[in-house]
Amino acid sequence: MADLDPNRPDRSPAADADRPSPPNAPTSRHLNPPPPAPLAPSITARALNLWYAGFQALHDVTVDIQHGLITSLIGPSGCGKTTLLRCLNRVNERYGYVTTRGEIRILGKNIYDPDVSLIELRKSVGMVFQRPNPLPISVYENVVFGLRIHKERAELTRANLDEAVEKALTEVGLWNDLKDRLGQKATGLQLEQQQKLCIARLLPLKPQVILMDEPCSALDVEGTRAIEELMFALKGHYTILIVTHNMAQARRVSDECIFMLMGKIIEHRRTEELFLNPRHPKTAEYIEGRYG
Amino acid sequence: MNPPTFTATPLVRRKLRQERLARAVLAGMVLAMVLPLAAIIAYLVVQGAPLISWSFLTQNPSNGMRAGGIWSALVGTIYLVVIALLVSAPVGVLCAVYLNEYARENWFTRLIHLAVVNLAGVPSIVHALFGLGAFVLFAGIGRSILAAALTLAIMTLPVVIASTKEALAAVPMSFREACWNVGASRWQTIWKVVLPNSISGILTGVILQVSRTAGETAPIMFTGAVFLKKIHDDTLFPYALTDQCMALSMHLYTVTTQVTNAPEALPYAIAVVLLGAVLLVNAAAILLRGLLRSRKKW
Repeated sequence: MADLDPNRPDRSPAADADRPSPPNAPTSRHLNPPPPAPLAPSITARALNLWYAGFQALHDVTVDIQHGLITSLIGPSGCGKTTLLRCLNRVNERYGYVTTRGEIRILGKNIYDPDVSLIELRKSVGMVFQRPNPLPISVYENVVFGLRIHKERAELTRANLDEAVEKALTEVGLWNDLKDRLGQKATGLQLEQQQKLCIARLLPLKPQVILMDEPCSALDVEGTRAIEELMFALKGHYTILIVTHNMAQARRVSDECIFMLMGKIIEHRRTEELFLNPRHPKTAEYIEGRYG
Repeated sequence: MNPPTFTATPLVRRKLRQERLARAVLAGMVLAMVLPLAAIIAYLVVQGAPLISWSFLTQNPSNGMRAGGIWSALVGTIYLVVIALLVSAPVGVLCAVYLNEYARENWFTRLIHLAVVNLAGVPSIVHALFGLGAFVLFAGIGRSILAAALTLAIMTLPVVIASTKEALAAVPMSFREACWNVGASRWQTIWKVVLPNSISGILTGVILQVSRTAGETAPIMFTGAVFLKKIHDDTLFPYALTDQCMALSMHLYTVTTQVTNAPEALPYAIAVVLLGAVLLVNAAAILLRGLLRSRKKW
């Protein structure tokens, strides 16, 4: 229990969703007020099966992911965590031959419906990668990249763009550090700043969900702490899913935790419960570090 | 136990000998490449120097190609190179973009890759026969600059495709992922991220084809180049696309093999001009590449 945040009393997910804003997130004052507490989960997967050519990577995944919370995905390498993550904005389909059966609903809409535009979907469901991947252009252009892609040229006035940059960089806590060198090439920043910038790049598009694929594994301890604090600050405004190999991190940052093994969801519960009192023997073995 | 002395053991000395040997051999290879090149260029320049002058460049050949200059051949080569590149560069680059960014990996695309690689190795005389059959006879263009340039374009196309694909593949996947995950379409990804980050590699591939286009004789011999054609030396565009033309490479071949009693320096002078012209075009393209590289977005 020692590494859990003392500011977070034990509470049910429903109570959590009622909370207007995370207490340990002072930077959230200048954000939009969080959306009204939803009654339904933000993401629901039903009987999701996925094959890469002949190999089945996901077996009958059925899961509800709560709105506005941080949910972590843990499990040994190759268990399907990243695959599940990539299903949620269907970016999987860009990587080669993938067959998917089942449904995933995000805020009620099945994203495998034929009328779903992948462009609009990915605008709402952004992803952050293991290795920070800022584009080799200026900090400023990185932040407004999404806007340039999605907005009509007429809407892209200098004032609008400037405002979006300031807002997004403030939200991720980079504004004070970078406001005087927005023209600098983003690939020259420190890794931690690059990763924050990659998160900031998603924000002007007002995403519903932020997917993070081991966002801290390229960072040092300080950088990891900074990203985790940022996740707390963003919590409530966005539904966050994080894949991590670091169980201490899963314990620290997530409200709920999903343990996966061989493409199946073994256990999905509140993080404290899963770590203190795992129901499934496989979960217990994994979190005790007997295999990984 | 003895304190460490850090002196070389026999094993270390053997490694050092290997090291020196490897270095010497590798440096020798570089010399073996550079020296003949320098020797060739120096020999050409020395031999051709007596003839090279401004009037040599700007006069038509005269007296059965034994006197006068090479103006019409120089202009013909420029025509052929520019037109061939205007066709092969856009087609080749766009084709490579499709193959690398859109096409899925399956037996058909693998077949296309194989075809591209094999076409790049086809001898130029075969391209010449293809050009003769397809452009001159079948398409009815006749022997002309256009037919010759198209033949050259067909010859360079596979190499442009292959080199462009290399350049595109060198763009890190993470850049594309960054784009996809903010909802960029494939074309937006290509236009905003992939092309700007591969343009110098693409241009390098195209630039290399300039020299090849200018130097080839076989593809133009049957399709549009002639032994002798005089043009007005005071107009900017003396040839029409449907004209036949002279070309430096062809002229060099003719002068060395078909013309008796030509001045001894003439072939060398032509070769120097050909080299100089290629160098000039390459330099221009390299400047353009530097310009594109230095600009923020492209």
